[in-house]
Amino acid sequence: MSTKTMIIAKNLVKKYEEITAVDGISFVINRGECYGFLGPNGAGKTTTMKIINCMSPLTSGNVLVCERHVKTKPREIKALTGVVPQEENLDPDLTVFKNLLVYARYFEVPSNEAESRVEELINFLNLSEKIDSHINELSGGMKRRLLIARALINNPEILILDEPTTGLDPQVRHMIWQKLRQLKKNGITMLLTTHYMEEASQLCDRIAIMDKGKILIEGNPVTLVEEKIGKEVLELRINNAMENELLQKLNRFEFTHDRVGDTLYMFSRDGRELLQYLVSNDYPLVLHRPATLEDLFLKLTGRGLRE
Amino acid sequence: MKSIFKVPDISFRAYRVWQRNRDSYKRFYKANLIGSLGEPVMFLFGMGLGIGGYLASMEGVSYIQFIASGIIMVTAMYSATFECTFGSYTRMMGQKTYDGILATPLTVGDIVMGDILWGATKSLISGGIMLAIIIIAGLMKGPVIFIIPILMLIFLVGLMFASMAMIATALSPSYEFFSYYFTLTLTPMFFFSGVFFPLEKFPLIIKGISYLLPLTYAVNISRSLVTENFSYIALSGFPLLLALTIILVIVAVNMIEKRVVK
Ligand SMILES: Nc1ncnc2c1ncn2[C@@H]1O[C@H](COP(=O)(O)OP(=O)(O)OP(=O)(O)O)[C@@H](O)[C@H]1O
Ligand SMILES: [Mg+2]
Repeated sequence: MSTKTMIIAKNLVKKYEEITAVDGISFVINRGECYGFLGPNGAGKTTTMKIINCMSPLTSGNVLVCERHVKTKPREIKALTGVVPQEENLDPDLTVFKNLLVYARYFEVPSNEAESRVEELINFLNLSEKIDSHINELSGGMKRRLLIARALINNPEILILDEPTTGLDPQVRHMIWQKLRQLKKNGITMLLTTHYMEEASQLCDRIAIMDKGKILIEGNPVTLVEEKIGKEVLELRINNAMENELLQKLNRFEFTHDRVGDTLYMFSRDGRELLQYLVSNDYPLVLHRPATLEDLFLKLTGRGLRE
Repeated sequence: MKSIFKVPDISFRAYRVWQRNRDSYKRFYKANLIGSLGEPVMFLFGMGLGIGGYLASMEGVSYIQFIASGIIMVTAMYSATFECTFGSYTRMMGQKTYDGILATPLTVGDIVMGDILWGATKSLISGGIMLAIIIIAGLMKGPVIFIIPILMLIFLVGLMFASMAMIATALSPSYEFFSYYFTLTLTPMFFFSGVFFPLEKFPLIIKGISYLLPLTYAVNISRSLVTENFSYIALSGFPLLLALTIILVIVAVNMIEKRVVK
């Protein structure tokens, strides 16, 4: 396999009875790229992942993975893919070691290779001490690491990570990021969903922000934020009346703004002068910070709760 | 309706699922064996010697010998059924083992076939031990070579009831459902397949029903092989059971697929 594109999805639609979970999305994922799907709960991220991995049949559209059609070559596609599912499904009847060994057999890894591969992966994810433990004796972080080890058992070309660090402490999260970056260096193609914007910024070459089954925007996270939001954000805790008065005085500065509850957000490409003005005029400035993916995410998907 | 008879995608990889089940069984096999052998052994000797004490013979053989051949089949039936109801349901729903396997090159067909083969293997283990007990107790009167077809029969009965159980699993909303399944399908077979009494003396209607129960054919074959009363007619049940098993496997795969692939 030497082609540049790894996954091509065209007009992908997935309906569950009355719900349309994925509503006509198209995207292309390149070899060696880390591509992130972001979006509120129920946006259709997991569904998209499941279709790519042939776990869930699509309603209409076309998905090619490694030049194979998901409808006709599911066994081949699954042989090339590793999956860390959103919902933990380790085998509670087996030990850590056996979990991986049994999985190696599903992929027909030759038995003399399988054991050394299992040990290698257990070391890679720092689980050696738990090698003979049963799954119910592991912490959440260990389970997630084991899921990642399991997803790597077949040396996959594509690694699908559905919220790999949700609910984990910062130490484990950073460790997982390290490992994922290392894998990426070795050329693996990664698909990642996450609710942590920092994680997406750290790992993804490109992201797609989804909502209600559609892709709202796609691109490099840094470029997107710069284009759509700016470089800096100023947060002010002021009421509506003060806001109107202030905005009139700020005519000469270039910025966009957004009010949420008691806070006024001001997005700017170069906020230094604006900041000076606000500070010298004693406005109740709460925060001056770089613009982030989270600003973009909230701008696009709104601030209302989803579920 | 057509979709439940669709030709399933089953490969040699079913064996991988069988291996997974064997590996997890190694941990619990003692409790498991006592659970599946305790009852049939008690039935054999309790009823065989208890009722047998009042009866001179049943169809020309001693009562304990009469029921021995049937009890082997009952043992096989229950072992496969327990495995592919409670066992498979737990793997499918509670533990999400099926979801985990479906992310690998295996298909639903491989998983279901693997579970069915494993259910039949458990029949072979417990049915085989029952057969050994019966041989040791001197109740096996057929030629020694008949051990081979008896073991084949045990395995076939295991496959058949495992597939039937998988269908129940596909339909089951919860564990409670299985108590209906046991009461409405296994218990009638237990009583009306000629395990404990010859069917000839039953009223016509029950006799009619008993010929609709697959266990009846299995018991007839088993009895023909275990006792002195060998009969070719009984053996004609073999292809019947085989055909039924194939249909049940196909339906089971399609129904589980509907349940797990969304
Ligand atoms: N098996 C199913 N049956 C019916 N509806 C489903 C099923 N799975 C998902 N859905 C629906 O499809 C929509 C998209 O779900 P999906 O799991 O893809 O969202 P998500 O983006 O992964 O959300 P989250 O961030 O909460 O994981 C939701 O409305 C969900 O209720
Ligand atoms: Mg999800």
